[in-house]
Amino acid sequence: MPAADPAVKNGKTNASSRLPNLQPQEKINLFRQMLLIRRFEEKAKQAFTQTKIKGFCHLYNGQEAVAVGTISVLNEDDAVITAYRDHGHALVRGTDPNACMAELFGKITGCSRGKGGSMHFFDAKRHFYGGHGIVGGQIPLGTGLAFAQKYLGTNRVTLAYMGDGAINQGGVHEAMNLAALWKLPVVYIIENNEYSMGTSIARSSAGDPLTKRAGAFDMAAIQANGMDIDDVRAKTFEAVSLARTESQPTLMEIRTYRYFGHSMSDPGNYRSKDEIEQRRQSDPIELYKTRLLEQKVVTEEALNAIDEEVSAQAQAAYDFADQSPEPELETIYEDIFAPEDQIPEFRPDLREQK
Amino acid sequence: MPTLTYREALNEALSEEMERDDRVMLMGEEVAEYDGAYKVSKGLLKKFGPKRIIDTPISEAGFTGLAIGAAMYGLRPVVEFMTWSFSLVAYDQIINNAAQIRYMSGGQFSIPIVFRGSSGGGLQVGATHSHTPENWYANVPGLTVITPSFPDDAKGLLKAAIRSNNPVCFLENEKLYGYKDEVPEGDVLVEIGKAKVRREGSDITIVSNSGSTHRALNAAKQLEAEGISCEVIDLRTIKPLDFATIAESVAKTNRVLIVEENKPFAGWGAQVAYQVQRELFDDLDAPVHRVTSIDVPQPYNGRLEQAVLPNEERVIAAVKEVLA
Repeated sequence: MPAADPAVKNGKTNASSRLPNLQPQEKINLFRQMLLIRRFEEKAKQAFTQTKIKGFCHLYNGQEAVAVGTISVLNEDDAVITAYRDHGHALVRGTDPNACMAELFGKITGCSRGKGGSMHFFDAKRHFYGGHGIVGGQIPLGTGLAFAQKYLGTNRVTLAYMGDGAINQGGVHEAMNLAALWKLPVVYIIENNEYSMGTSIARSSAGDPLTKRAGAFDMAAIQANGMDIDDVRAKTFEAVSLARTESQPTLMEIRTYRYFGHSMSDPGNYRSKDEIEQRRQSDPIELYKTRLLEQKVVTEEALNAIDEEVSAQAQAAYDFADQSPEPELETIYEDIFAPEDQIPEFRPDLREQK
Repeated sequence: MPTLTYREALNEALSEEMERDDRVMLMGEEVAEYDGAYKVSKGLLKKFGPKRIIDTPISEAGFTGLAIGAAMYGLRPVVEFMTWSFSLVAYDQIINNAAQIRYMSGGQFSIPIVFRGSSGGGLQVGATHSHTPENWYANVPGLTVITPSFPDDAKGLLKAAIRSNNPVCFLENEKLYGYKDEVPEGDVLVEIGKAKVRREGSDITIVSNSGSTHRALNAAKQLEAEGISCEVIDLRTIKPLDFATIAESVAKTNRVLIVEENKPFAGWGAQVAYQVQRELFDDLDAPVHRVTSIDVPQPYNGRLEQAVLPNEERVIAAVKEVLA
């Protein structure tokens, strides 16, 4: 993975402030977050094969450094929005793993009350705006979050994630044009895992790297190695600083790889076992573990203890989800309309269409 | 009471609501410097400035999605489609995001947004520009669908729509922008989900909306000369549907004609007809009848288009058929 070429930044000024050095405990926390996602997803995989999770279930294994690294440079009140491979982002934002797993199980205790499922996690309190199922559809929404942040003078920023497949959707380009035109504090993050479902990037996308798409809008662009969390953090910090201090958008392309199928329903015939095995050699968690040990930040025993802790957390989430009640049938009719407080409430008898 | 055009009434509603609440803003193609393709936003840029009256590029999916995201964050955007025919480019954003995010998030986010613009046929602009899509949107749970027919409702319902905490599709009628009528002064809201009897009568109930309300009223006037008394209900809101007002009228007239500009298959009138037969069967002295647009794409030629649209001749003939 070559370092990003500063030339692709289209002449935008480099934000001046520097990424602060992490304290040992902060580094250990990044490791812990990545490993929690890994163990959570393994548990979800198990629950899916047990048919406790239904529908589609898109796992994040292999991509952990992207969500953890990018969100680690945000403030708590910045906004995050992503597509349907959303478990990792919610966990990093701080959504309770129990509520995440319960959502996968379709339980009332889930982070969307069992109405969203794997693809539609939401957590308003933690500024997590979903979890969106239509490829690229969340990118105009994320642009709107940034629009509102600027309109209201919040000095907050938005990270809007998409997969490499989304970059060929028209709405994504419409949104990027608007963000550049109106100088919105948004960072677009392409998690390029090389496959849009079963179609490799070579078969789907003209132009390499994907950051070139930003050039048409005179938008800053930057690439990062998604297997190296330190690189992800450094590059995201630049983009976030540009958004926060100059209200300018950036298109980031973070090169990563997913270990499992597009979803649990994917047999994966479009790529070889050798390819996956080879890519697992640059595993983001192993890489970071080695680095922390080399830096003598932590001992192997301590890291193993963390593994035990997050594995227990994932198991507890599984147990919580499994034991949680199904939603009552009456909840079908809940959550459709927000209560009205400025006009007369629509009569409930009118709301039930027969 | 002052007399305003439908266009001016809408303009007043926007202006008053923007004055009342800083979070209300208007975006769309040509809404600012051009003063609106149909001049509904005339003068608003001057009054509220470019931060709140925003010209967009021709990117319906992009700016519609952006406005929905802004609504998730607490703004109360009004999105103008130059015509509702162009909303099709933004259909995914309206259906999958505006209508469904609240439900999918278990009630965590509300989407206080108004989508508005012109709709309907009769201006010889061909099939791509003449859609009457209130039934398409009314089919989607989570959306409120409003189609005002008169200036007073245009103003009062738009003000209510902007104050709603939920997504509203507000379909204006291109042929009515110049229609003049009395509009109450000041901060008068019209209740969403409430139909209005625009003409009282005793022989038949005509249920209509938007431009078709005017067709029904004109037909009723002509039928009066022949001794036929028509009650004309203007639905105003398509969804939620005010069935109670229909039922009250049918109890008196025992006959129903529906007049709508939707194409016949699954137009909103099909839903009304179903509910009438299901709930008011014993009140009926004749089968429910419908006058709709003809089930063809909209032709450009004026003579052909007038034949495709529901027109007064067809309404009069249908009334006589029901009464026969």
